[in-house]
Amino acid sequence: MTLLDRDLQFDCETGNYHTFCPISCVSWLYQKIEDSFFLVIGTKTCGYFLQNALGVMIFAEPRYAMAELEEGDISAQLKDYLELKRLCLQIKKDRNPSVIFWIGTCTTEIIKMDLEGIAVDLEKELSIPIIVARANGLDYAFTQGEDTVLSSLVLKTQARPKELGSPPLVLFGSVSDFVAEQLSFELTKLGVEVEGWLPSSKYADLPSLTEGGFVCGINPYLSRTATALMRRKRCKLISAPFPIGPDGTRAWLEKIALAYGKNITGLEVREQEAWDNIKSLVNQVSGKSVFFMGDNLLELSLARFLVSCGMIVYEIGLPYLDVRYQRAELDFLQRVCKKKGILFPKIVEKPDNTNQIERILSLQPDLVITGMAHANPLEARGINTKWSVEFTFSQIHGFANAKDILELILRPIDRKSFVDMHF
Amino acid sequence: MKINYWMYAGPAHIGTLRIATSFKRVHAIMHAPLGDDYFNVMRSMLERKRDFTAVTTSTVDRHVLAQGSKEKVIQNITRKDDETNPDLIVLTPTCTSSILQEDLENFVQRANLSTTSDVVLADVNHYRVNELEAADRTLEQIVVHYLQKLESDTIFQKSKIPSVNIIGVCNLGFHGQHDITELKKLFYDLGIKINLIIPENASVCDLKKLPEAWFNFVPYREIGLLTAKYLQKKYQMPFIADSPIGVTQISKVIKEIEKILVASAYKVSFNKYIQNQTRFICQSAWFSRSIDCQNLIGKTAVVFGDATHAANIARVLTMEMGIKVLLCGSYCQSDTTWFRQEVQSFCDNILISNDQNLVAEQIQNLMPDAIFGTQMERHVAKRLNIPCGVISAPIHIQNFPLGYKPFLGYEGANQIADLIYNSYTLGMEDHLLEIFGGHDTSVIIGKAIESKIGEINWDNEALVQLSKIPKFVRQKVKNKTENFAQSKNISLITLDTLYQAKAS
Repeated sequence: MTLLDRDLQFDCETGNYHTFCPISCVSWLYQKIEDSFFLVIGTKTCGYFLQNALGVMIFAEPRYAMAELEEGDISAQLKDYLELKRLCLQIKKDRNPSVIFWIGTCTTEIIKMDLEGIAVDLEKELSIPIIVARANGLDYAFTQGEDTVLSSLVLKTQARPKELGSPPLVLFGSVSDFVAEQLSFELTKLGVEVEGWLPSSKYADLPSLTEGGFVCGINPYLSRTATALMRRKRCKLISAPFPIGPDGTRAWLEKIALAYGKNITGLEVREQEAWDNIKSLVNQVSGKSVFFMGDNLLELSLARFLVSCGMIVYEIGLPYLDVRYQRAELDFLQRVCKKKGILFPKIVEKPDNTNQIERILSLQPDLVITGMAHANPLEARGINTKWSVEFTFSQIHGFANAKDILELILRPIDRKSFVDMHF
Repeated sequence: MKINYWMYAGPAHIGTLRIATSFKRVHAIMHAPLGDDYFNVMRSMLERKRDFTAVTTSTVDRHVLAQGSKEKVIQNITRKDDETNPDLIVLTPTCTSSILQEDLENFVQRANLSTTSDVVLADVNHYRVNELEAADRTLEQIVVHYLQKLESDTIFQKSKIPSVNIIGVCNLGFHGQHDITELKKLFYDLGIKINLIIPENASVCDLKKLPEAWFNFVPYREIGLLTAKYLQKKYQMPFIADSPIGVTQISKVIKEIEKILVASAYKVSFNKYIQNQTRFICQSAWFSRSIDCQNLIGKTAVVFGDATHAANIARVLTMEMGIKVLLCGSYCQSDTTWFRQEVQSFCDNILISNDQNLVAEQIQNLMPDAIFGTQMERHVAKRLNIPCGVISAPIHIQNFPLGYKPFLGYEGANQIADLIYNSYTLGMEDHLLEIFGGHDTSVIIGKAIESKIGEINWDNEALVQLSKIPKFVRQKVKNKTENFAQSKNISLITLDTLYQAKAS
């Protein structure tokens, strides 16, 4: 029995790692849902974070605002209902959105503000849908903010009873319209029609969910949304690896097509075509080593794709691993490692950044994918880094975008040879 | 509750962290939920510090919420003590965790029993003070902590030659690093030795040397004033809290320094130095006299920022360049009295507010010829098409230039003069171009590009898809797709073509 016959090993550390607060999801969700308004109910700490995270976007008066909790709110002297009503009236008047999202934060958790209760009444009074999502740092990390928003959105969809004929397909996850349509297009070519996407670009276009209908996720951090769809709306989840990289995209399309009993013979060729397109990039990364410190839950899928490209992955840190939701991806990773003859990476949930830095300095990987708190200091110590957040904001799904992922990976590696000459 | 999407000053814990991370061998432990440690990102990305930020989080999660931190905080403290052996560990909550009302002081005392480093709890009310006030308070707290350790009958040996402590320059300050260099130059010129600069790059073990200096210097009154007042009260150390911004003010500050030295029986006169610098070395005074500066006389401006920069820039504009300041304001509400006193002799329209909408409204009513404010005012200015120079925090990557750009001292005076002059002149250039119907070369160039690929058609589906691409990349994508289509001899672009072009 060789090393490659063992199973993947999982580790869990202290959870002292750097990641962004889940309220950061507002920065991309308000752009995706075009007629929405996001009200984050928190303190100065939350507000200042978003101001710095949104950067220049803040000046364009985005459809977002902070409802800043002051001392009177914390000590329960002011009535929450009246305060929130006042703010929502102002929002309605100034921006006229089709839906208002209330984002609960750590503070609202601690003072146990009954946001859901208030929302139900206020919704009726103001005649505007109000959706509550508790995207707080006590429970979640970074991209999981989107998970909390989408799982709340699920509850607002119309339900349809089971129908005769082929069950409809709803895809969930927030990606740019361009990527969404690209993936829908791929499915149409296989003979599978997409009923709708959750979230939709307009609130009114939210798909209705049929009992027994199929759902499939596009991102690895949406386990709560998947559970809500299965339990609350009785949909059937198609479990698949995620459409990142040509291998992931093929596997994702295949699983969906198979669920509908469609012919998948064309997919192998499609995947090979996609690999051929990025051949020279793959050759450049092949054999190089990479270490994921972990902060955005995309790590497993990205690692699996990089292993397919021939890279050696030392460690995959990640904030949280829902083993059931990521089962297909984990199995895929194992298969790909065996196929490429690469040792399984160490998978560390809730990593400890200090320990990881020690490991990095002794392993000296060719590339470390890390957050912006550690990137510069690692560069100053001669370690190449790629900041992880860029993968969250770039288009990485589908056959064509595999090129973008590799270009991002290669940028620091290419630069190293230039900088080394002169440093 | 109030609606807000912009803050001029950050939350309190940022101020505490700025002070803690500025000291050498000091580590901060933040008692906070995941995601509150974006300070580490700011310091690493904006100031491009090469070392790891010495801030760790003792995570507040559901368990902590339900059962309290128990041993977690203490363990995090002792772990850091073992790992890096700092001189001091500062424990700070954030506004979220402060509601939990855990007895952090108790944790600190218990930790102190088993650590070699000192452990201190940053004592700040997170709902009443902002970043600047918290920084001021934390610095004072650390200084007091170390000075109180000394025996009450300790006699401090004043240095033989005049010396000064510079108090308050710290991480993530607006052009802070350059200002320190400029201050060092200034004191060198004046023959005054620098005893300590705190907290930037200082060691807490050296704090006991503070009383050896002849006087204290606080370049930015927002951070450092409390410490200076404490040192005055306890050790009778005089201090200067006027900022040497602009030649007039620099002269005033140097004269104040002279006064202190003379009072300590040190005979010196800086008049010749001031004269020489003002008239020949520094260029800003000569510039104010020159003819092109005459063009600025009578022009109007609005100034807004932190108390130090807003007041002093308004003075430079009025007293040195003859520009009329229509409105002068600050978001430092706790310093209202000082601000009014300082500014009222050259501007009677004063606004103290942290509401950016109010400031924008006033600017819109007044429509000045230029604005000198923060990043927020810069964007208001863009909207209104008014030239703008940034003169104050909140900080932005622009305020950490690689090149030397102080705001203090004689070089600072040059930089400020350049900023003011360029804002007005380039603004005037745009107006002139408009008047003479300028920028007419773009029409010719544009036409050339269009006619190049005129034979290619787009089908409806592809056109719809193209229109969904964000404006700023649309032209690029269009060009790439059309070039791809040409190379494949395709005369009708479909969705497929569009996707293939992207993948190629």
